[in-house]
Amino acid sequence: MDKQTETYREEAYELLAELEASLLELEETPDDTGMIGRIFRALHTIKGSGAMFGFDDIAEFTHELETIFDLVRGGKISVTKELIDLTLSARDQIKAMLDANEGGETADTSISEEIIIAIRAFLPDTEKDLEEQESEIRKLKPEARYLKPGNITYRIRFHPDPDIFINGTNPIFLLNELQEFGEARIVAQTNAVPRLEDIEPEKCYIYWDIILTTSEGIDAIENVFVFVEDDCEIHIEIIDEAGGPENETGYKRLGEILIERGDISTRELLAVLEEQRRLGELLVAAEVVEQGAVDSALAEQEHIRTVRKTRKESTSSSSIRVPSERLDSLVDLVGELVTVQARLSQKASFQSDPELLSIAEEVQRLTANLRDNTMRIRMLPIGATFARFKRLVRDLSNELGKEAIMIIEGADTELDKTVIEQLNDPLVHIIRNTIDHGIESPDFRESEGKPRQGTIRLSAEHSGPNVLIRVFDDGAGIDPEVIRAKAVEKGLIVQDADLDEKEILSLIFAPGFSTAKKISGISGRGVGLDVVKRTVEALRGTVKITSKKGKGTTTTLKLPLTLAIIDGLLVKIGETCFILPLSVVEECVELIHDDLTRARRRNMMNFRGKIIPYLDLREAFMVEGDLPPVKQVVVAEAKSGRIGFGVDHVIGQYQTVIKTIGKFYKDAEGISGATILGDGTVALILDTAQLVQSVENEAMFSV
Amino acid sequence: MMGKLIMTVDDSASIRQMVSFTLKSAGYDVVEATDGVDALSKLKGQYRVRMMFVDLNMPNMDGIELIRAVRANPTYKFIPIVMLTTESQVSKKREGKAAGATGWIVKPFKPQQLLSVTKKVLG
Repeated sequence: MDKQTETYREEAYELLAELEASLLELEETPDDTGMIGRIFRALHTIKGSGAMFGFDDIAEFTHELETIFDLVRGGKISVTKELIDLTLSARDQIKAMLDANEGGETADTSISEEIIIAIRAFLPDTEKDLEEQESEIRKLKPEARYLKPGNITYRIRFHPDPDIFINGTNPIFLLNELQEFGEARIVAQTNAVPRLEDIEPEKCYIYWDIILTTSEGIDAIENVFVFVEDDCEIHIEIIDEAGGPENETGYKRLGEILIERGDISTRELLAVLEEQRRLGELLVAAEVVEQGAVDSALAEQEHIRTVRKTRKESTSSSSIRVPSERLDSLVDLVGELVTVQARLSQKASFQSDPELLSIAEEVQRLTANLRDNTMRIRMLPIGATFARFKRLVRDLSNELGKEAIMIIEGADTELDKTVIEQLNDPLVHIIRNTIDHGIESPDFRESEGKPRQGTIRLSAEHSGPNVLIRVFDDGAGIDPEVIRAKAVEKGLIVQDADLDEKEILSLIFAPGFSTAKKISGISGRGVGLDVVKRTVEALRGTVKITSKKGKGTTTTLKLPLTLAIIDGLLVKIGETCFILPLSVVEECVELIHDDLTRARRRNMMNFRGKIIPYLDLREAFMVEGDLPPVKQVVVAEAKSGRIGFGVDHVIGQYQTVIKTIGKFYKDAEGISGATILGDGTVALILDTAQLVQSVENEAMFSV
Repeated sequence: MMGKLIMTVDDSASIRQMVSFTLKSAGYDVVEATDGVDALSKLKGQYRVRMMFVDLNMPNMDGIELIRAVRANPTYKFIPIVMLTTESQVSKKREGKAAGATGWIVKPFKPQQLLSVTKKVLG
């Protein structure tokens, strides 16, 4: 900031010189308003900037002068020789103060005081008292201390003037400011918005009701509206505070809230209450109040209830330990409920009883809710696991002579507890790899123009029904050529195999693959990444790597959020039912015989003009029995592209509760689990990835 | 051109510098103007100004006049304009608002105040 002080000083000296000249000229022409203006502005700047850059003594002193010349400007005081003399002495004093700051002699404060007293004598009487009062207040000037109460809930109505945009105000930014203070529920009231043809685009027709729970205090809230309070209607009321009487029967009722806000009268409320429907609906239908007002009041009710509940929960114990087995059996029960509910829905859709149908729908809704809630009970934020890796990164970096830090994003992303536990080892391995092979030595990085310290970013986020966990590093990246060479060396691919970069990188996950030139204690044994892949796939997830040579690598794990229930496609082959996960199913088509061709011992088929591999599940599972007249094919998406699975019948979407198939069968290829259908029979859940793999293996080794 | 462009209009070089420095270190871009005339001519140029800080006391064209002139330009009709004023000018605040100002900052102000006002009106 020294440069600023310098600039100020230069500026101030210039202004003082100008001031002197102007004052002398003013003496010759006391009515020159332009000159008076210049003098005022000079004093104003010296004072204003002085205060900004820490020259408080100058600022305070100049303030008095500025006041006088403001009055001169306004014609309240006339220019006299005495005034000019005094102002010139004052100017000299200011210069002395400036010099003093530079290390010259300290200015004599008694002179300042004398001058100030003399200046004040120029003030017309009324101004004098004010001036003295103000300077007293200025001397005290304690920092306004906001009382920070506990969490209080306010009801705020913000009704901007229609012309608020003309002053460049954007009400949304004000709402955003409020939202930063705490939990806020905002309801926009649009009832004043005219029809499209009548709307004037430069006018604001919307007003807002905000329920805000915050500990910032009412001053902070008022402060948000400081620029617009003159042009807008702003009402702020406290409607709930910690320590207030806890209403056992919950917060105020809708009618009470509306009456309190003045949106309806008690008489209107009572008149409408004589009917039986829900109060909000009744009021809106009777056109006594706008839907927006009801929505807003309901939002307030809901908000307070939540706030009070949270408060109560935090004063009593807010969490409770549950043995995992109890949760597991709860999940099982929910699963069975889902199955039965599916039967109910199916039956109801075949009867033509609308009441039964609506009951079935309600049951379905509740079951879905119950399912989601139960799944969520087992969810934990992944942050704790991630945090442990920081230590790992630190230790490993030290051990390997690298410098790296870990950044964590999305620490509060939640995953099923089991998934988190199972992910620990794979993530450890990936991070080890990253530090070992990915991050280069500090010297090398420097020579490449990178910062010496490598960055490893670990992030977790929800993406639809999945969780994406990414490990990103800004290290050396992966050279596809090196991978390809290694793969050829290990006999994983043939010399001139035609693979694109994605396929080459996925070779890293093949068993027995490792490019480490030396086997360190950590990596290099080639057992790591394929285990990672299998673990992730056992969780029905996928892992993939993308990389840019010299820039860095990103490993992405995609995992489904719920383990136990998936949406499946129910198919039938012979008398046996199978389930394909709906997430990989693309389309179902009928098979015309001509579409089947044989090539390279792999069955192929024509799908929308492209040739894709085809696996006849009847053959694969050696199902006996008569063939149906037409074959159905389920086209699914596999890592390597599309594949068609031949089945007899496609029955339809089925909410599948996954049951594990017992340890005797867990190595069965192509099956990842089973489910119990509504009629009690068992359907096997197909593991499409494994099926694809076996097809490919067969083809690859048969050339 | 990275952050939003803010114009600061003030005849005091030290103030301009301070405003410029504070805003730039918060990621905004800044263009300076020494007075109203300079400001208007720069607004006509290739700058896409998103917000303005205007000192009320300037020679040639005072702040209020400048605000009025800026609002008359359809391109800048709705941008936030914040006045820089001193405590003794409460009446000026009213005048400024009538001329179309969005808000004000009282001198002397701390850099943090500048930034919170900017956030309030520019989002």
